[in-house]
Amino acid sequence: MAIIERPTETSALAGGGGLAVTPSSSYGNFRRPVQTTGWKSWAFTVDHKKIGIMYGVVAMVFFFVGGLEALLIRLQLAQADGTILSADKYNQMFTMHATTMVFLFVMPMAAAFANYMMPLQIGARDVAFPRLNALSLWLFVFGGIFINTSWILGGAADGGWFMYAPNSSVPFSPTNGVDFWVLGLLITGVASQVGAINLIVTALNMRAPGMKLMRMPIFTWMALVVQFLLLFAIPVITVALFLLMFQRNFGATFFSVEAGADPLLWQHLFWLFGHPEVYILVLPAFGIISEVLPTFSRKPLFGYPFVVFSGAAIGFVGFGVWAHHMFAAGLGPISVAVFSVATMAIAVPTGVKIINWTLTMWGGKLWFTTAMLFAIGLIVQFTIGGLSGVTHAVAPSDTQQTDTYYIVAHFHYVIFGGAVLGLFAGIYYWWPKVFGKMLNENWGRANFWFMIIGMNMTFGPMHILGLQGQPRRMYIWTENRAGEGFFDLAFWNLVSSIGAFVLGFGALLFLVNVWVSRKNPPAPADPWDARSLEWITSSPPKEYNFARIPTVHTLDEFFHRKYEDVGDADQHDYKQVATGEEVIQLEEKLADKHIHLPSPSYWPLVLAFSFPVLAYGVIYSTLLIIAGAAIAVLALFGWALEPPTADDSEFDPPAPDGDQPSKELAVSV
Amino acid sequence: MSDTTITESHDAEAIPPGYDDGEDHIGLEHHTSTGLSNTKLAMWLFLGSECLLFGGLISTYMLYRNRQSDQLGPDQLWDIPFTSATSFVLLMSSLTMVMSVSAAKRKDERGTKLWLTVTALLGGLFLAGQVYEFTTFYREGLGYTTSLFSSSFYTLTGFHGVHVAVGIVMLLSLVAMLVRGKLVGDKAETVEMIGLYWHFVDVVWIVIFTLVYLIPA
Repeated sequence: MAIIERPTETSALAGGGGLAVTPSSSYGNFRRPVQTTGWKSWAFTVDHKKIGIMYGVVAMVFFFVGGLEALLIRLQLAQADGTILSADKYNQMFTMHATTMVFLFVMPMAAAFANYMMPLQIGARDVAFPRLNALSLWLFVFGGIFINTSWILGGAADGGWFMYAPNSSVPFSPTNGVDFWVLGLLITGVASQVGAINLIVTALNMRAPGMKLMRMPIFTWMALVVQFLLLFAIPVITVALFLLMFQRNFGATFFSVEAGADPLLWQHLFWLFGHPEVYILVLPAFGIISEVLPTFSRKPLFGYPFVVFSGAAIGFVGFGVWAHHMFAAGLGPISVAVFSVATMAIAVPTGVKIINWTLTMWGGKLWFTTAMLFAIGLIVQFTIGGLSGVTHAVAPSDTQQTDTYYIVAHFHYVIFGGAVLGLFAGIYYWWPKVFGKMLNENWGRANFWFMIIGMNMTFGPMHILGLQGQPRRMYIWTENRAGEGFFDLAFWNLVSSIGAFVLGFGALLFLVNVWVSRKNPPAPADPWDARSLEWITSSPPKEYNFARIPTVHTLDEFFHRKYEDVGDADQHDYKQVATGEEVIQLEEKLADKHIHLPSPSYWPLVLAFSFPVLAYGVIYSTLLIIAGAAIAVLALFGWALEPPTADDSEFDPPAPDGDQPSKELAVSV
Repeated sequence: MSDTTITESHDAEAIPPGYDDGEDHIGLEHHTSTGLSNTKLAMWLFLGSECLLFGGLISTYMLYRNRQSDQLGPDQLWDIPFTSATSFVLLMSSLTMVMSVSAAKRKDERGTKLWLTVTALLGGLFLAGQVYEFTTFYREGLGYTTSLFSSSFYTLTGFHGVHVAVGIVMLLSLVAMLVRGKLVGDKAETVEMIGLYWHFVDVVWIVIFTLVYLIPA
């Protein structure tokens, strides 16, 4: 409960606001932490920027874990009769590769950007519920670690990322792997759910004066749509996961065909979540490149309202197409026809976006930075994935392609070519904003080209493999069934495996880039001549984000403060009237005197910690369930009863008197 | 989209009243962009997502309601008058919740605490009825794993019961915090927030009662 999340400031500071709250020492047992340096300043932080950075770092770690799993898969398939992995280990590997990439890399990396950028883009000082934000982060971290501990506790989940029942019930998957998967996803699900509520409230409620909905930067818009998708999709997978947990751990028979159950129940529940999930993965990337392309084309985004509404349309229609994942399951002709048409319909708003991006670049003065290259890469690669997606919408074609490598090729072009390239575009674009220094452009270009060549070498041949009938999830293939000539499976499997290593090398170059760029000089305040609100403050932003909450007059506020339209009535002709630095300096000159920020808190971390304890308890021991529940109750009451701010006496040095600007003090609050 | 020319208007005069006092306004309900307070908006969003949680559980029950291996089905088990009585108790608890919110808005703290306690008691009575009902069904041979019908019935009503129990804990915690003066912020809104949750759980029960008990199998 977030009932008392953000109480008002004391009346002395708030100038007589109606709801006076005095931080009092009567809460003695529940002091709030005040550290501003060291690990405690990160572990107990409620600052959306630090939380965003931690989301990003942990997601990046999981990106390389998932990448390692992918390389093992490709090593196994590089040659006939692969011996790298056993059939059992291979099943675990592809299951965990997908689970890691979807739930532990792309989703949290998108959450990292949403956390960091959304408040900055709408002119807020933090998210609506800072402590819930910290809770989301730690739930994701603990959930991710929890799932991966299954590797050393008897083996990971092995049912594929959609974990079809009854294949995932105990007789077919007797290790605890699926239990770890179920409970871990429940934990990360809570993280997403809490984060979704938090970010929706933030975007709807905390906008700076003048920041109307249709003036919101496009990334914030897409992130908002995604949070709505999460809000309504996560409860559905939660039901499915609970049912599977009750089946595996408490003897229920929801998915046991011999008990009369309907195996389609799992498929419907999973895909009712699973298809919106696809858009949850890709829409943040769409938002990112809709920021990157205009900036580096020196033009406004072509058809901003179309991009906004097509994003929302994708969100709506995304909930009505789930059964196209089930065309081979025997749904009957009416269902298949309806979902087939709906799936084709969703290509329309997606196509609208492609056209908008292309026309944004049309006639622009293109500047091929690494971020721009990744954005253009997304347009090209995602279009390929989108086109193969339309072939799946045609049900007769889809039934031929179901569970072949053609599907694998399709969704890697969509998710790697769409989501991952977009996220990398965002990393390069916002790196100077977040860390105050540029990434090296030469290493960046190498990073881009190795990744783009690697991904096409890896996933391109999979189209051919799939159309030749190589089944998805087959752990081994034999020479005598490989075929010959152009359709020689041996050749294309080898190409794909080599491509995977090129791709992995390209991804490593990103880490190299971070390393070689670590001592770069401070970046200019406005290195890209950017357009949106997050740049109207220093880089990296101070804890309070904005010296003064900016007043917004237009879309692309920052651009319009720098450039003035001197053209005639119908012709725009922009002349620079100020540099980015000057705009920021003006804001800082007019800085607010008192800025109040929420205090750090112990309890999000403690509450999040209780979840894996509970989850281990479900698998191993009732005692642990009781312990976890006790920690949770303690944390909830600590959360509810801690004082709204740290006591003044806990600071060193103590608060200055009088009407001095108290920003520096407030920052440490 | 870019036809608005900006000159100097981003200076002080363009700042609307209420924003020019150099203060940070996040969290103040009067200054949110939508006019709804953050917590209230968050509660509505949470309840919106809860609809899909119960939607999934109810769908599962409706799919399996006629799949019982032996003779123990709804027709043999349901005691409609008894469940109607407990449902009535839960409905009345919504009324007392409204009384409590109304008292909180009048700043009548004594009334608030009284009606909150009564609401929690009525909720407890409903839960006691559910425990009695489950025990009776169990004695008649309907275990959790007996059939698809029993699993989905206990899961659905169990999830609802847990929601009621959480609501009771929230109500009692709220009373305790009011008694000890530990509640910060707008008290009436806090009461209203828990009221929203309570009414939602009540409405869900009306749906469950209709679909599970009243519609013949």
